Amino acid sequence: MKIAVCVKQIPDPATPYSLDPETHLVQRPEDQVLDDTDRYGIEVALQLAEASEGSVVLVSMGPAGTLQGIRQALAMGADEAVVVSDPALRGSDALVTARVLAAAIRRLDADVVIAGTESTDGYSGVVPQQVAELLDLPALTFARKVEATGDGIRIERQTTTGYDVVEAPLPVLISVTAGAVEPRYPTFKGIMQAKSKTVEQPTVADLGMTPDEVGLDGSGQRVIEVRPAPARSAGTKVVDDGEAHLAIVEALEKAKVI
Amino acid sequence: MKTLVFAEGTPTGPSASSLELLAKARELGDPSVFFAGEGSDAIWAALGAHGATTVHHLETADSLPAASAAASMAALIEAEAPELVLFGPNPTDRDTAGRLSARLGVPVISNAVDIDASKTPITVTNEILGGTKLVDTEFTAGSPHLVVVRPKSFIATEVGGEAPTVTAAPATEDGPAMSARVIERHEEASAGPKLTEADVIVSGGRGMGAPENFEIIERLAGRLGAAVGATRAVVDAGWVPYSMQVGQTGKTVKPNVYIACGISGAMQHLVGMKDSSVIIAVNKDEEAPIFGVADLGVVGDVHNVLPKLLEALGE
Repeated sequence: MKIAVCVKQIPDPATPYSLDPETHLVQRPEDQVLDDTDRYGIEVALQLAEASEGSVVLVSMGPAGTLQGIRQALAMGADEAVVVSDPALRGSDALVTARVLAAAIRRLDADVVIAGTESTDGYSGVVPQQVAELLDLPALTFARKVEATGDGIRIERQTTTGYDVVEAPLPVLISVTAGAVEPRYPTFKGIMQAKSKTVEQPTVADLGMTPDEVGLDGSGQRVIEVRPAPARSAGTKVVDDGEAHLAIVEALEKAKVI
Repeated sequence: MKTLVFAEGTPTGPSASSLELLAKARELGDPSVFFAGEGSDAIWAALGAHGATTVHHLETADSLPAASAAASMAALIEAEAPELVLFGPNPTDRDTAGRLSARLGVPVISNAVDIDASKTPITVTNEILGGTKLVDTEFTAGSPHLVVVRPKSFIATEVGGEAPTVTAAPATEDGPAMSARVIERHEEASAGPKLTEADVIVSGGRGMGAPENFEIIERLAGRLGAAVGATRAVVDAGWVPYSMQVGQTGKTVKPNVYIACGISGAMQHLVGMKDSSVIIAVNKDEEAPIFGVADLGVVGDVHNVLPKLLEALGE
């Protein structure tokens, strides 16, 4: 089974990201990290590949930088990576991102495409479905459990009131929720091997697309303003001296819930 | 302005988001609804009561609806030319919005908290950085404009409309994308009121220490007739099911009272509960960000404060 996993390098979430004051785009440092939510999809991919003597290729779009985040994903055990890195891509919206990822995935002839449900920095939450539509694939989305059935994949799909068991034949796209599996930690050997694994870096032209189809020019939406939200002011703070629960009782009485 | 609202059914009626979106769509003109899945007279009546005049109904049987819904909507949009197409935050809404966007080659703006249709082009507002900043984005491509709206951005209101005209949505051709099948459906019933409808919510985070300590949250919720919520950290840790998660990747709630127990207040969580009328927080870390939004902040150990609170409430 050949598996393509969509991953993203993002600014380290430990430090709040900043926006370019003119373009309102996220400022991306050279040393971005692997989006933590991608680790679940990588783990699912590795498990499917291990059970079928298959392989795992990472597919990513965005400035390559030092490739720190991609190496983190390779260190978990993925075999190789394709990172579409091209200055023309700056400002691409979700649909353009999906078109670029779909073009990169199309060349791989994958049986399974895996993505997270949404990235931590952009969280549009529609890219996996757009990729599925562009590749004419069924999509098993919001998976909290994934298993191979022989000629297809079966998942437990989160719903608003519980979960559904859903299955589809190969080739298929799966979007994986955080908590679907316990992602493995890279081993020392894995980290060493990751340094020499192949990371192909095609440009937009290499994928048969033109610069005006991508980036801000290719996107049908544009940020016009970023402004502060009305702040909610903090209220009273009491330090518990053994009687603080009475302040809560008082607040509940005031709100007329008791 | 012609607006199309996406809806599906739930055990209790049309999806809550569809009724909220109808409130906005009604402001802009005669809203019609695209409904995927099994319908009923009660569902049509509820959609009509919230202002829908036409419902385009697509039967999806046991197929996962998004692929055929997107294909059918694309045909409907070609015929009816709505300028705005609104989706809620539910999994099938998001799946359909993404597919429709790719199929039509038009952008979709996600996580909207407001839509200004009086502007040309239409402008959509989102929250970023845990709701501390608002971003206004305009559509630069032609219509239809697809928007995925966050929960409770608009207030569902009954206007006493008549039952809508229900017509069959355009039929679709079968293709590989439509091959996902639903084999079983499971409801994860929880005692007490639903999280998104509760007047009072008691939520627990990592600070509760261990899954078994959630019992006191449940007892407190039981005493107050409240729903139980949780942070992403404890859901990811497997303490409680995802259906209880409040936050950016979980549910958005706006109860009268929100009691946050052992929750530090990560941006991820705050964005899902900061619009509660009254926020009460108990956390032993005096510097916890949750105190920045709490009307009443108790700096103390949940393991001391909550048992005393239960006792004082006469459980």
